[in-house]
Amino acid sequence: MTWLEPILLTIVTASTPLLLAALGELICERAGVLNLGVEGMMIIGAVCGFAVAHTTGSMSLGVIAAVVCSMIMSLLFGFLTLHLLCNQVATGLALTILGLGLSGLIGESFIGEPGHKLPQLELPFLSELPYVGRLLFAQDALVYISILGVILVSFVLFRTRLGLIIRATGDNHRSAHALGYSVRKVRYGAVLFGGACSGLAGAYLSLAYTPQWTEGMTAGRGWIALALVVFASWRPLRLLLGAYLFGAVSVLQFHAQAYGIALPSQLMSSLPYIVTIFVLVIISGNKQLTKINTPACLGKPFRPDR
Amino acid sequence: MRLELVKRQEHSRLMVVVSPILAITLTVILGGGIFALYGVSPLEGLYAFFIEPLNSYWSLEELLVKAGPLILIAVGLCVCFLSNTWNIGAEGQFTIGAIFGSIIPILYPEWTSGFALPAMILMGAIGGMLWASIPALLKTRFGTNEILSSLMLVYVAQYLLDYLVRGPWRDPDGFNFPESRIFDSAHVLPKFGDGRLHLGVLIAIVVAILIWFLLSKTLKGFEIKVLGQSPRAGRFAGFSSNRMVWFGFLLSGAFAGLAGVFEVSGSIEQLTPVISPGYGFTAIIVAFLGRLNPIAIIFAGLLLGLSYIGGEAAQVSLGISNKMTNVFQGMLLFFVLACDILIHYRVRLVNPREAGNDVA
Amino acid sequence: MPDELQTSGEDDHADYLIEARNISKQFGSTLANNCVNIAIKPGEIHALLGENGAGKSTLVKILYGALKASSGTLFWKGKPAEVSSPSAARKLGIGMVFQHFSLFDSLSVTENIALALPKGFKKKQLAEQIARVSHSYGLPLDPHALVADLPVGVRQRIEIVRCLLQNPDLIIMDEPTSVLTPQEAEQLFVTLKRLTDEGCSILYISHRLEEVQLICHNATIMRHGKVVHSCDPSKETAASLAQMMVGGEVHSITSHRQTATSKTLLEIDALSLEGSGPFSVSLKNISLQVQGGEVVAIAGIAGNGQGELFDVLSGETRLKDSYAIKYLGVPCGRRRVNARRRLGAAFVPEERLGHGAVPDMSLTENVLLTRHRSGDALVSAGMVNKSLCHALEARIIDEYDVRMAHPGSEAGALSGGNLQKFIVGRELDRRPRVMVINQPTWGVDAGAAALIRQSIIDLARSGAAVVVISQDLDEIYEVADRISVISRGQLSKAEPVATISREKIGLLMAGMAENQQDNEGPYAA
Repeated sequence: MTWLEPILLTIVTASTPLLLAALGELICERAGVLNLGVEGMMIIGAVCGFAVAHTTGSMSLGVIAAVVCSMIMSLLFGFLTLHLLCNQVATGLALTILGLGLSGLIGESFIGEPGHKLPQLELPFLSELPYVGRLLFAQDALVYISILGVILVSFVLFRTRLGLIIRATGDNHRSAHALGYSVRKVRYGAVLFGGACSGLAGAYLSLAYTPQWTEGMTAGRGWIALALVVFASWRPLRLLLGAYLFGAVSVLQFHAQAYGIALPSQLMSSLPYIVTIFVLVIISGNKQLTKINTPACLGKPFRPDR
Repeated sequence: MRLELVKRQEHSRLMVVVSPILAITLTVILGGGIFALYGVSPLEGLYAFFIEPLNSYWSLEELLVKAGPLILIAVGLCVCFLSNTWNIGAEGQFTIGAIFGSIIPILYPEWTSGFALPAMILMGAIGGMLWASIPALLKTRFGTNEILSSLMLVYVAQYLLDYLVRGPWRDPDGFNFPESRIFDSAHVLPKFGDGRLHLGVLIAIVVAILIWFLLSKTLKGFEIKVLGQSPRAGRFAGFSSNRMVWFGFLLSGAFAGLAGVFEVSGSIEQLTPVISPGYGFTAIIVAFLGRLNPIAIIFAGLLLGLSYIGGEAAQVSLGISNKMTNVFQGMLLFFVLACDILIHYRVRLVNPREAGNDVA
Repeated sequence: MPDELQTSGEDDHADYLIEARNISKQFGSTLANNCVNIAIKPGEIHALLGENGAGKSTLVKILYGALKASSGTLFWKGKPAEVSSPSAARKLGIGMVFQHFSLFDSLSVTENIALALPKGFKKKQLAEQIARVSHSYGLPLDPHALVADLPVGVRQRIEIVRCLLQNPDLIIMDEPTSVLTPQEAEQLFVTLKRLTDEGCSILYISHRLEEVQLICHNATIMRHGKVVHSCDPSKETAASLAQMMVGGEVHSITSHRQTATSKTLLEIDALSLEGSGPFSVSLKNISLQVQGGEVVAIAGIAGNGQGELFDVLSGETRLKDSYAIKYLGVPCGRRRVNARRRLGAAFVPEERLGHGAVPDMSLTENVLLTRHRSGDALVSAGMVNKSLCHALEARIIDEYDVRMAHPGSEAGALSGGNLQKFIVGRELDRRPRVMVINQPTWGVDAGAAALIRQSIIDLARSGAAVVVISQDLDEIYEVADRISVISRGQLSKAEPVATISREKIGLLMAGMAENQQDNEGPYAA
């Protein structure tokens, strides 16, 4: 058990940013919006979170700044796609390119600066449980938020009226509009939620995963999060499984080296991307599954005719 | 006040020309604002970024060298995007093209006949096509989203390059630097002018003109546009979406691979861990700024090429971070997309209280 | 009485449940509604008649709050009222049954209905209530079924039950019978009668004059965005109503029926095809022979395999069995669409924009769409001959009276009727030997519809074999020599028009011919 615990702990840290970002995108896509800008929002969250935490010395201010800045990015995306009806794919790409560029500029003076790590919140008694105590109950706040987030999103989506409206909007925006729901408002809400989650994911990267700022530190995690949503067939609980699976794959390299498995490190580093492709192939090969679960209006622009 | 879009009956031909210009203007204005934030006079900053590099012959040549790969890749992407296929992985195809093109100069440096260089170029194109055929195969065979698969392959390609130049392909006489051997002169593209300008740039422009011809005069061009605009109508016309996915990916992969081999054999003359300042992604901006028209893409490529040189120049002369380049590029794509709606819509500001009473 | 509608004074409104006065609605440069007046009494079925594009839908959307009028006033139960949104309309007591249903495929019946109700209900109770109410009105529903799995007729029930649960005073129904078999329509009329007996009013939008005469107490007739007549439909004839709608003599179609004598040009033999996705219909053992000189119509309610059958006939979906389809005796099951065209076949799909034509392309380019490999020499050595395309376009426009705003218009800018004339003209211009046409006049104005139907008949009389797939029984009786019915992917035997009655077609549409018990089985709650 002692050898397993550090592995499991690194899996948790590697999985959390994926889970957070994918959770936001899941709601976004359920409402019918395909936001390919997760990577861009995430890295803006990472750099802003680090910059504010570093300047003010307050971790919570850092996290809040990350969320707010990523939400501003998502608002930009929302304005272009929901108000101006721009192509969602192209706009998402633009968001990623802009985010990567801006983060480089903002973060330039923070490169090499020492960072602070989010404190671990040890739940009294529970964290002292044998074996699982430290693993489950001595994590930082964002890990708890990510797990609670999955449960909350799942509840809202399938048990509340709000969730019903979100699913309806993604399924058929014309009908939702005809019944008097504001498609645009629902989608703005979903896009902003996606931005906030990406911000949290970014903050986790620069304040917990590797507490410092390095350029391009998201390293494609935003894109993997997008693939995870497909993998989970738009269901939050399956997302939890997927994120931890991917987290496990991405930390494999560190542990493999420790056990003297002599594969080129580059091969190990590219594993998460190769696995992502494999998973996408397996999921998309199942036509019944994808066709039934994909929100029917995903990526389609909507213009109310009033 | 509320923003309202009124659909035009048909697209505005005026706006096709005006919208990119408007986008550039807005980008420049906002860029000036960012300069001001950094304590640099906006005019001075913009001058250093966009005008000064045009004043010397040397940097004009450099501009063409940077614009070359952008144009070449963007022209391939424009065929993809027009047919509604999303190849986002040109950066990876560029990298593999460079790796394949380097097989002869690195593994067979003694083969210096006149055929070596054409063979390298061919290998580069084949490398790009091979890498691009993976997402094409997955898309047509399994329906896998090509955006994600082509993008993931960018990372894989970059790790492969990293592995090669740090491992088997490292120059034995290179003092342990992660670099390949320097190419023999027989494996370097012919150069013009003061010595930076190479054949690749010329080929990029010729390719752009050829693709313009393909798109505007031939049945293939019609097929590309029909399948991009309404796949159902394309099927009714007897065109195959799957074959178009292959066509788009192979063509853009070949061009990206060519750009890759041109870059290593024309500019760098060896393999290094980083061979591109993000050409494959910047080319997406070039393609959109050129409104997916190959001739316009030549000019868009020059402008984006300028943003690279301007970034370097402004860093030297004013001490502004060269990261401004990427910010300019990102803003530009945003504004291009936003301004493009003017082609199909009229924009009005409506006061919600009067919205009901605007009988004209 | 038109005069009555024009008088003003507060007290006059008291008699009416809803009254709309001087409603105008501007869309860009077109006036969709021009000073429209309409008044509905409590407990009446009020017909709103008009051609496509007369402004009916616009008016209805304004009454339901889905559109905002540019000017004009609404009175509800005698008092001025503002209907700012569909939910405001529902609060007042206005419900609507849409023509293109406002349903959500991936949600259950209960969830679909819940979305239209105000907050604060328990899902379980709602499901029970749905089962109860739907039964008592003769519209049985399974509250837990997924909408995607339900046929069109049942989907309409969901819409109606959704309305009923809000206890409305007024129900607006947009072309409700267009998706029903004649028998289902009868059942609907019974439900409507019961509703009006309970005091509910119904605004009934239709262009089927017989049923309007049968069930409506009053009628308002619109043309070009204006109200042109108000009358009691039972005192009018179908012909006089049609004349009010169209504003002139309705074109009559001459068919000179004759029995086909020439050889079989299209032969479908035991064609079967498994549905490709979860929402598509499987075709089962379809056989049909069409001779030169005759029009065979395939009737049926939307979603029974018409689209799938069309795709198989055109070659957009290819079969494994080459012999299942023969054009002019040549096995074509595995041939592509252009190979079939070269044999002399021509196809007109249901969807005009995005299938029959590319919306953002000019008509010149759209000519190329179906004729680039059909032996017209528009393309040589891969190069497009633009001047030849242009000449062809000019010929089609001239011969089939296609009107557009200016030369070089994009397909998307044409009206439905003009675009359909162009698409049909593009194929007829090739003088095809076999033509398959799906919903030839769907959403097309009466003038264009008459022209298209006439040219279908003329084509057949010139010796070609024509298959018309249509949901419109009036159209079918107008053009067909033989009629066959498609239901759940099965095709009935084609019978001569003279020997097949509407009732029989109705039964076949409901799939009753094969299995009498199958009518309500899976859908009854």
